[in-house]
Amino acid sequence: MESTEILQKAETLRAGLSTGFRDEIVKSLYSEAENIARRAVKTASDKKYDFDQKVDRLVTSPVFGLPIMLALLAAIIWLTVSGANVVSEAIAAVLFWLGDQGIALFQALNLPWWVTGFVWDGVYRGLAWVVSVMLPPMAIFFPAFTILEDLGYLPRVAFNLDWLYRKSGAHGKQALTMAMGFGCNAAGVVSTRIIDSPRERLIAILTNNFVPCNGRFPTLIMLATVFVAAGFSGFTSSIIAAATVVGVVLIGVAFTLFMSWLLTKTVLKGEASAFTLELPPYRVPNIGRILYTSLIDRTLFVLWRAMQTAAPAGAVIWVLANIPFGDSNLARAIADWLNPFGLLLGLDGVILLAYIIAIPANEIVVPTMMMVYLGAGMMIDGPSTNEAIRSLLIDGHGWSMLTAVNLMLFALLHNPCATTIITIYQETKSYKWATLSVVITLGTAFLVTFLTATVARLLGWA
Amino acid sequence: MPENTKIQLPTENCATCPAYTQLEQMGIKIDNFDRVIALAGNPNTGKSTLFNALTGLKQHTGNWPGKTVTRAEGGYQFNGVRYKIVDLPGTYSLLSASQDEEVARDFILFGQPDCTIVVTDATALERNLNLVMQVLEITDKVVVAVNLMDEARRKGLEVDTRSLARDLGVPAIPVTARTGEGISTLLQTVAGVVDGSILTTPRRVEGTPEFRRAVNELVPMIEQAVPGIPNARWLAIRLLDGDARVQKALTSGELPELMARQRRADVQFSRKMAVEGRQ
Repeated sequence: MESTEILQKAETLRAGLSTGFRDEIVKSLYSEAENIARRAVKTASDKKYDFDQKVDRLVTSPVFGLPIMLALLAAIIWLTVSGANVVSEAIAAVLFWLGDQGIALFQALNLPWWVTGFVWDGVYRGLAWVVSVMLPPMAIFFPAFTILEDLGYLPRVAFNLDWLYRKSGAHGKQALTMAMGFGCNAAGVVSTRIIDSPRERLIAILTNNFVPCNGRFPTLIMLATVFVAAGFSGFTSSIIAAATVVGVVLIGVAFTLFMSWLLTKTVLKGEASAFTLELPPYRVPNIGRILYTSLIDRTLFVLWRAMQTAAPAGAVIWVLANIPFGDSNLARAIADWLNPFGLLLGLDGVILLAYIIAIPANEIVVPTMMMVYLGAGMMIDGPSTNEAIRSLLIDGHGWSMLTAVNLMLFALLHNPCATTIITIYQETKSYKWATLSVVITLGTAFLVTFLTATVARLLGWA
Repeated sequence: MPENTKIQLPTENCATCPAYTQLEQMGIKIDNFDRVIALAGNPNTGKSTLFNALTGLKQHTGNWPGKTVTRAEGGYQFNGVRYKIVDLPGTYSLLSASQDEEVARDFILFGQPDCTIVVTDATALERNLNLVMQVLEITDKVVVAVNLMDEARRKGLEVDTRSLARDLGVPAIPVTARTGEGISTLLQTVAGVVDGSILTTPRRVEGTPEFRRAVNELVPMIEQAVPGIPNARWLAIRLLDGDARVQKALTSGELPELMARQRRADVQFSRKMAVEGRQ
């Protein structure tokens, strides 16, 4: 039996049926469901508005919806910034002290200098940086975010932002996929499966990376704390740092919307499609499960992934820094060679080299950068306090506020990490879109940092 | 309503069936399973929570529709029978187009589970029943889990699952997956439906006599063209409806591949997937 024959048969049979037969079937399905439900469910109370509705009126109101959302975001980021700062310094102090003991032990054992250097200055230092920079912010941010997720707040975010996405020609559920991107952009890309229009799904995939993932948050937090908030003390300083990070996140969201609009006007033309969004009831978060999911599954797992890439990255940097090249070493030579381009973007050659080494995982960019500065023989001790980091970068390597701001912008906008690029390929089954996702983000990052650097220099700010 | 409906609901916590104590969570040990159970339902009705309760796994759950976008598989053992359970993305209908919903539809249609548990939200039963009735169109082996009973009680709703079971022709079990309430009864019932000791007579929309005749003409043709196809009736109805996707699936010969794919574990549970959100 040929399948085309079956199709023809179906055509003939359909012609013989009364025209409204589909509607009849759907209608009877719905009325059956209604009858069955009416027989099975009894309502005991006649409360007109329950608690959920009262809350929803407030958090999705046109006036208070967005401010409440911003306040929640700011609160989470402030908690993360102010909590992580102290803990990071403490962890760094302990880990670098341990490193010194390790070096002393190896020297006492009379091991060759390159064994000591490779193990402690290369691999170990990479790991120590990643743990002290990444662990505290994640351990605070993930549980806080998961509480909002469990409460049922995320769909309300999508509801509040829907009009913005519609205006950009994108899908309202893109707000949900962006929220997932805060945790991990690869997860954000997979979550776009909830968008049924292929055009809008592609837009959501291509723009997800403009949301800083948890791998990039520590970079932003560190730069905001060490540079932007440097002139302030205590509480004020944490507020300024948090405000800076919130600002960067908002810039990311703005770029998401702008890029969605640009894609809609160019390669992905079309209208935003309609959809239904269910606002689930608020539920009391299950604290035990939240702690498990966010600390064991998310934090430790992401940290482990970062450590797996940081150890070889540390090794690579140490080796590069110890291969003589001219009257210097290879790491320094590459950084010098990249320097003119780096300066054009308001960055420097070392930062660009760190980005190249850290392509497998963006989260290790700052540690890699510090190690290139240190490993290339530019400084001997690992700086463990914010004060030490600032003086190393500003006095030692000519950093300015422009460098810090542009590094934050670059971290926000540059290409996705390798895992995310692979995920984009898997989800789109297309080298073209995977490549485009890199071109768009990297192009934006270069363009924006070049513009800010040029404007800042023209105005005499840097 | 047909008169020969015979549903035996096991009694909760009766002395002779210490059911919950016979549940053994088997995590990702699903190499040797005896039966396959599918977990279907509307988005955000607690499928993943139930999945975690049964398997002991930590599939990521969240209070928003769309958390699960791929299928996850885990195992549990109950009364000596090993079950593989497949957690599916939520879907409002079996006709839908988005990719997560397609994953669910393909498995329910072509995965040939030994039993499908349709998880419903007790506080929004009417809307949830649309999917239940669509699933009943394609398989007899269905148990309806009326989840979120605690929320329903809080909202002052009383759900009469006996009336529901009578009307649907399949067992309907009240559960609260978060606390484990009703899970033993649910598992007893699933076991009964799987081994045939609980007979179901699902309610189906019959349509007009001409419609029935048309379906009956198409079914044998489809069964002949695609040997072993589990849901020829559903395909026949879709073809009569002029569903372009089903037409394409039939002519391109992708149906056998679709059936084979459902039997492979294309996504197994792992910690990596839980973290990165690709359940």
